[in-house]
Amino acid sequence: MTESVKQDVALPTGWKASDSPVKRAFAKSRLVQVAAAVLALLVLATICAPLLALHNPFDPGSLDLMDAFTPPWSQGMGEMFYPLGADDQGRDVYSAILYGLRMSVFVGVAAVALSLIIGVPLGLIAGYAGGWFDTLLMRIADVQLTFPVILVALLIFGIARGLLPEGYRDDMAVFVIIVAIGLSDWVQYARTVRGAVMVEKQKDYVLAAQLIGRSQTAILTKHILPNMLAPILVIATISFAHAIVAESTLSYLGVGLPPTAPSLGTLIRIGQSFLFSGEWWILLFPSLVLLALALSVNLVGDWLRDALNPKLQ
Amino acid sequence: MNMTTDTHNPVPDAVPVLRVRNLSVTFDTYKGPVHVLHDVSFDIWPGEILGVVGESGAGKSMTGSAVTGLIEAPGRISSGTVELRGLRIDNLQGEDLRRIRGKRIGTIFQDPLTSLNPVYTVGDHLVETIRTHLPVSEKEAQARALALLEEVEIPHAKERMAQYPHQFSGGMRQRVAIALALCAEPELIIADEPTTALDVSVQAQIIALLRKVCKERGAAAMLITHDMGVIAETADRVMVMYHGRVLETGAVRQVLDAPRDPYTQVLMAAIPSVHQRVERLPVPEVGGGPVAKAVPWTPKEVAADASTANVRPLVEVKDLCKDYDLSAGWLARLLAREEKKILKAADHVSFNIRKGTTFGLVGESGSGKSTVARMVAGLTPPTSGTILFDGVDKWSPAAQTVAMRRRFQMIFQDPYASLNPRWTVEQLIAEPLVVLGITQTKEETAARVQEALRRVRMKPDDVTKYPHQFSGGQRQRIAVARALASQPEFIICDEPTSALDVSVQAQVLNLMRDLQDEFGLTYLLISHNLAVIRHMCDDIGVMQRGKLVEVGDAQVVLDDPQHAYTKDLMAAIPDIAHVH
Repeated sequence: MTESVKQDVALPTGWKASDSPVKRAFAKSRLVQVAAAVLALLVLATICAPLLALHNPFDPGSLDLMDAFTPPWSQGMGEMFYPLGADDQGRDVYSAILYGLRMSVFVGVAAVALSLIIGVPLGLIAGYAGGWFDTLLMRIADVQLTFPVILVALLIFGIARGLLPEGYRDDMAVFVIIVAIGLSDWVQYARTVRGAVMVEKQKDYVLAAQLIGRSQTAILTKHILPNMLAPILVIATISFAHAIVAESTLSYLGVGLPPTAPSLGTLIRIGQSFLFSGEWWILLFPSLVLLALALSVNLVGDWLRDALNPKLQ
Repeated sequence: MNMTTDTHNPVPDAVPVLRVRNLSVTFDTYKGPVHVLHDVSFDIWPGEILGVVGESGAGKSMTGSAVTGLIEAPGRISSGTVELRGLRIDNLQGEDLRRIRGKRIGTIFQDPLTSLNPVYTVGDHLVETIRTHLPVSEKEAQARALALLEEVEIPHAKERMAQYPHQFSGGMRQRVAIALALCAEPELIIADEPTTALDVSVQAQIIALLRKVCKERGAAAMLITHDMGVIAETADRVMVMYHGRVLETGAVRQVLDAPRDPYTQVLMAAIPSVHQRVERLPVPEVGGGPVAKAVPWTPKEVAADASTANVRPLVEVKDLCKDYDLSAGWLARLLAREEKKILKAADHVSFNIRKGTTFGLVGESGSGKSTVARMVAGLTPPTSGTILFDGVDKWSPAAQTVAMRRRFQMIFQDPYASLNPRWTVEQLIAEPLVVLGITQTKEETAARVQEALRRVRMKPDDVTKYPHQFSGGQRQRIAVARALASQPEFIICDEPTSALDVSVQAQVLNLMRDLQDEFGLTYLLISHNLAVIRHMCDDIGVMQRGKLVEVGDAQVVLDDPQHAYTKDLMAAIPDIAHVH
């Protein structure tokens, strides 16, 4: 009896697999695989844009005005073949998307990095120290949250442009938009990190570290911060997608990147003027790429959150 | 397989309230089916309380869920039958199942706060449940609800009907939960760990109440618990489970006094008792060779006692106080003309701990024992009073040195929270070594980590793993290894075994004893469990609402308590030796 118990006992704790369930989830979920593939393709396209593009859409000399409004998959007046058509300037939509994607991804990554750099340390300190600093920071965050992100970004954008000398405005537009989006988004990080720190700092492992006399900086960076990675990563991916959309919105509103250095948003803005005159391709293709980018980043980010949680491994 | 031939049958022709035959539950996982229950068979007769005991993962709660049809996917009943008064219920679906579950089977859960809806009054809960199951008018339901509250001995039942769950204490909420389970006059009551979240004195009342209502109404009950003491005081028969199987079933006295199964035998012996102290507890393990025996306690040499009379104690706590200001801000207080609300978490607590001994601090939740432990550890500053560690004031600047910090360590209650989940075992154990400057090189640290792991009987290759890869008992051993790595003289243990199973508790307590014998460690042990205190401690202090009400030699205090509160505590402990 006891012998048989020992042999074929199937413990519930035996469910812990040696192979990671995250990998299994990846292998199982078609959706995540497709999203990851799409994201990889888009990132590759971003990196290799100059190689893949048919011409440099930022170089006015390479544009042929005679080819304006060439429909997709057809030959222009000259030698050029336009797989996705040409816009009102005779710019190849396919090449413009590649370069526009580059701008969008760059703005997204930089804006997320900026809001991370501001939001995470503020959230850590506010959550750990509490007191007046916490109260002050959270009230500032509350006030900022009452304004829509785009409005805050517009405000920052407007002020920054006002401060810059006229000749530099177009050159600095990229950085201004990064600062505008980054500054309008730090609140999310600060609030989430603060909440998570307040939970973590109650835990006994923090007490154990205090007991052996570790400094507050060491406890914050070595003990608490690694436990914040999962929520930070999730917000980062979601706000990366947000940042790209926000940039597109700003560009669409005409306050973002100039038409000479178009992002996906700029292309969409250009395209929508021709939507009702039959030149649908100028709007549709950049929009589809934007959609694919935002969606795949979100899906992969969701999956990554589980992958980074050691409890699920 | 089913060796538990159930011969118990008070009336030969009668139908049992619940008959479970060869019940198996399987979870379909990606690794194939996992069997969590194997061939479980038992009967519960009218008016009988069947206690179901076992350690975590034994399948106790799963059995309860299978009976009430609450098993969720990917789990399923793979074979066997469940009959309620001869009616097969394991294959019922949807509405039929729901009707049976509420009306004929009442359920009581561990935490009454989460099973009651906070936005409804207690009266609403009862009236709604009564009217769902019985065809009575609102007024009649009200009257029934009141009668039920009176039956579960809630004072001022009429006024309390209109109150909300948060206005009830834990014990009172559990009484409401019992009243709710009785609403539809069920034939069977399933109580899953009904007293685990409660203090000892409240637990005793709830046990008595549960027994009373079952006996008065002639309802059958299935009482699921890990606490043998609760079983002994409540149940008529006991079913012992292990890893999804029934090891044995029998009358409570027979199973407790003369268990047939070797695992049950050791499981019984592994429970520390308030009445006697043993040297080492036996550790239960199925198929683990000959039955382990408890090693009887041998009193330490008397010579040591004579010498300690002159020697200064290692830790001296004098008039320790800690106040918490619970009042609102000064402005709000001024406007409401309120007095300051001060909670005295510790109120003039004084005791000494002799070198090489264990001092136990016992009390119910909120008595301030953890606050005292944290002040002694140096984590919470005291409001007033002194803590002398080897003659040095713990809170003076002179004590804030690395050399001082090396001399003490702490073991926490919850091994899930006390180990950083993002750190490997090596990093966890190495941290105090490096921070306290005990080791200089990487090789030295690695060697020390290995040594600490070996001492707590863990494998050398465990160093690269993360805490979540271990069971609760293994994690607590890692926590002990971390505390030991810096070779402290004094270890503060805050409820070190209250989150653990009996067998794991026995392992950890034995380990603590071994280390004390080997290195002459001094312990401050905080626990609400008097049996653990009795087993481990030389001297004890009893705390009640921040005050130390009784202090002295463990044997003297527990065998002959002087203070009324200590007497109450001793009387309230559910005890295996005590049966109705």
